[in-house]
Amino acid sequence: MSTANHGASGHHHAHHFENAEHEYDTGKQGVWLFLATEVLMFGGLFVGYLYFHHLYPDIFKIGSKFTDWRMGAANTVVLLTSSLTMALGIYYTQQGKLSAAFNNLLVTVLCGAGFMGIKYFEYSHKIHLGLKPGSWFSGNVAEIAQHAGVAAEAVPYNLPLYFSFYYMMTGLHGIHVLIGMGAIIWVMIRLKKGHFGPNHFTAMEGVGLFWHLVDLVWIYLFPLLYLVT
Amino acid sequence: MGSHGKDTAHFHPSFATYIKVFSTLIVLTVITVAASRIDFGAMNAIVAFGIATVKALLVAGIFMHLKYDDKMNRYIIGSAFFFLVVLYFFCYLDNFTRIVQHSTL
Amino acid sequence: MAHEHKAGENYLNHEKGLWSWLTSLDHKRIGVMYFITVMIFFLIGGIFAMLIRTELLTTGQTIMTAEHYTQVMTYHGAVMVFLVIIPGIPAFMGNFFMPMQIGAADVAFPRLNLLSWYCLLLGATVAFCSLLVGGADTGWTFYTPYSISMKPGVVLLVVGAFIGGFSSILTGLNFVATIHKLRAPGMTMNRIPLFVWAIYSTAILQVLATPVLAITLLLLAMENVFQIGFFDPALGGDPVLFQHFFWFYSHPAVYIMILPAFGVISELIAAFSRKTIFGYTAIAYSSVAIAAVSFFVWGHHMFVSGQSEIAGIVFSAITMLVGVPTAIKVFNWVATLHKSSINLASPMLFALGFMFLFTIGGVTGIFLATTALDVHFHDTYFVVAHFHYVMVGGTLMAVVGGLYYWFPKMFAKMINETLGRISFFFIFVGFNVTFFPQFVLGSKGMPRRYFDYLPEFQPLNQISTIGAYMIGIGFIVSLIAVVKALVEKQPNPGPNPWGAKTLEWTTQSPPIHTNFEKQPIVTAGPYEYR
Repeated sequence: MSTANHGASGHHHAHHFENAEHEYDTGKQGVWLFLATEVLMFGGLFVGYLYFHHLYPDIFKIGSKFTDWRMGAANTVVLLTSSLTMALGIYYTQQGKLSAAFNNLLVTVLCGAGFMGIKYFEYSHKIHLGLKPGSWFSGNVAEIAQHAGVAAEAVPYNLPLYFSFYYMMTGLHGIHVLIGMGAIIWVMIRLKKGHFGPNHFTAMEGVGLFWHLVDLVWIYLFPLLYLVT
Repeated sequence: MGSHGKDTAHFHPSFATYIKVFSTLIVLTVITVAASRIDFGAMNAIVAFGIATVKALLVAGIFMHLKYDDKMNRYIIGSAFFFLVVLYFFCYLDNFTRIVQHSTL
Repeated sequence: MAHEHKAGENYLNHEKGLWSWLTSLDHKRIGVMYFITVMIFFLIGGIFAMLIRTELLTTGQTIMTAEHYTQVMTYHGAVMVFLVIIPGIPAFMGNFFMPMQIGAADVAFPRLNLLSWYCLLLGATVAFCSLLVGGADTGWTFYTPYSISMKPGVVLLVVGAFIGGFSSILTGLNFVATIHKLRAPGMTMNRIPLFVWAIYSTAILQVLATPVLAITLLLLAMENVFQIGFFDPALGGDPVLFQHFFWFYSHPAVYIMILPAFGVISELIAAFSRKTIFGYTAIAYSSVAIAAVSFFVWGHHMFVSGQSEIAGIVFSAITMLVGVPTAIKVFNWVATLHKSSINLASPMLFALGFMFLFTIGGVTGIFLATTALDVHFHDTYFVVAHFHYVMVGGTLMAVVGGLYYWFPKMFAKMINETLGRISFFFIFVGFNVTFFPQFVLGSKGMPRRYFDYLPEFQPLNQISTIGAYMIGIGFIVSLIAVVKALVEKQPNPGPNPWGAKTLEWTTQSPPIHTNFEKQPIVTAGPYEYR
């Protein structure tokens, strides 16, 4: 059994692993186990959404008229781009091109910020119309009916439930975007300090996997909230 | 699967592959928006989520390296989706087979 | 992984001082810290239990008002479920012994392991703070709409449970990765001890089920604070959906509570009958089967909730199925005992007690799985008796048995055999005196969670309370035995006082910091007695 646990980039793998590759593989599996828990947590919200969609299709028909598909599509493109740059960040690190890696990670963070910016516009527009979550809902029924193209009597009493879903799902997703941005910034700091190289980038890849999951959730949220009524 | 001793380098996609996948994702986004303008009736949701699933598989398989990785990672994330379907299935079964009884009072 | 260590050095004296414990990355130290914290929570939950049983000594008010009773009942359940039995065996014995049993030097992610412990502490703190803002009186199941009537106590209690849930998720994640990746050379999945199979199945449940609890509790808290309406019928929500989401986790959760206990019992039966366990493969796969099937049965908690009849029938049928792998285990244990050299040391008494009590608990579960019977039994003391038989008569017996068994490995001290037997007597007899009458009370219609009952139920309630005090004495004796063993001077009983065959018994007691001098190479199964 080797007593040397010192990688080429100066990385020491932990003593309970045989070698750096063992540590890397185990670390990745750990991240995937964590991603599984995120899928189940977000998934619960999707299940709830589908359940209520079956019970009260009208609130979804009317509520979805208040989501702007152009903002949603823009956010989709922004996140897909950020996924590309995240993957490239790792790609360049593997090649030893550390400043290209850094730049790609920076673009990833900026895309995240862009996403949150678009989200801010969406939220403030809705709040301006009184479409707030839960008991804070203060939307004007006549205005809502007019915007949605239905009679005022056709606006269901539980329309706020749609917006509860909207804010819960996009809000939880937004929190994960912010956490992801923080994690990527942490990785960028470590990259600058020389912790990563072609033979060691486990934490970067782990953070990357988390970021891709955030993108994955949005890939489903986009049609759910913006495209399908 | 016992302890790990192999020294195989992990295969990673090339720059070109990443760009190709990204372009495909953008095209699929355009397609899904265009498709949402057409009314497929009951198939609307299936079309939208079908396209989303293709996008998701590309992100998971290529960007997240699942295609090139240890198969256990696929099973792990696959089981998460599987049990989500189980949660939905039984909730739906309950809801769908409820017999609504209106009070005679 | 060669590590020099000085003679006499072990994980307990490897580093000194409280800070070295609070920042330790050693799975054994973390296991010991979990043991202490879980024991403290058990004491708290136990005091609530004694308060409940004392109140139920007579009809009407005995020692507290109805409002206080519903709170005490809620906290007894929440503390025992979330802070004692779910972490219980995995976080304590799983942490300490699973890595050793697979020949590893630690778990896959030691820092995550320490974080898990802090999550449990933080979660518990937040949960107990709920008592300062009015507490919760909803029962540990938090059914809506009662639980969403703007109760700050409920919000803090569920946030505490949410944080504690991360402890469970991270432990499960750690254990799955450890068992997949850190087994010693030659330690194939078919050679790992049955305790490890049990911990593995449990860990899978922890990873897959707990996140749904997380989102459910989050939604419940949001409902209380913002009235978002998912579970509130007045706002167009569905309270039955809450139950679906809640039980999607909480049913697998009860298997998180019992599977590790099955693992402990397999170890005890093998060691104390000095015989290769009968049906290793059947027991191993039955653990995984139970874990898998447990995801498909949650609606058996909801037969009378408004759930559709068809859903009820489907859930009932699948629930019957889950009894099969469980019964397979019991049959295999009995077959192991047959024509073996039984050593009736106190750990074995607890194992045998488990088999008797768990069987009763398990069989009464089948009664409850039968829809027609459940309509009568739901929300009565029959259910209370059933789950206490499996969780106390089952899991807690396994905890004490496992503690007495593994104690010499952890601390190089033996539990006093006389005290061990006395604790067994009081716990076993006291348990039956407490809970058997509750089957009768339940079938006669006494509702659960009620502060009061009809006068004709009083005699059985009084017998039950006497039993509760006996259980209390039993656990106090157990605590005395543990403290006495820790404090007194004893000659080191050696690495293997029981003559068991799994890997942890090949090392010194207490183990060295890195568990093994050299990584073991495994060439045989775990129970090669004869």
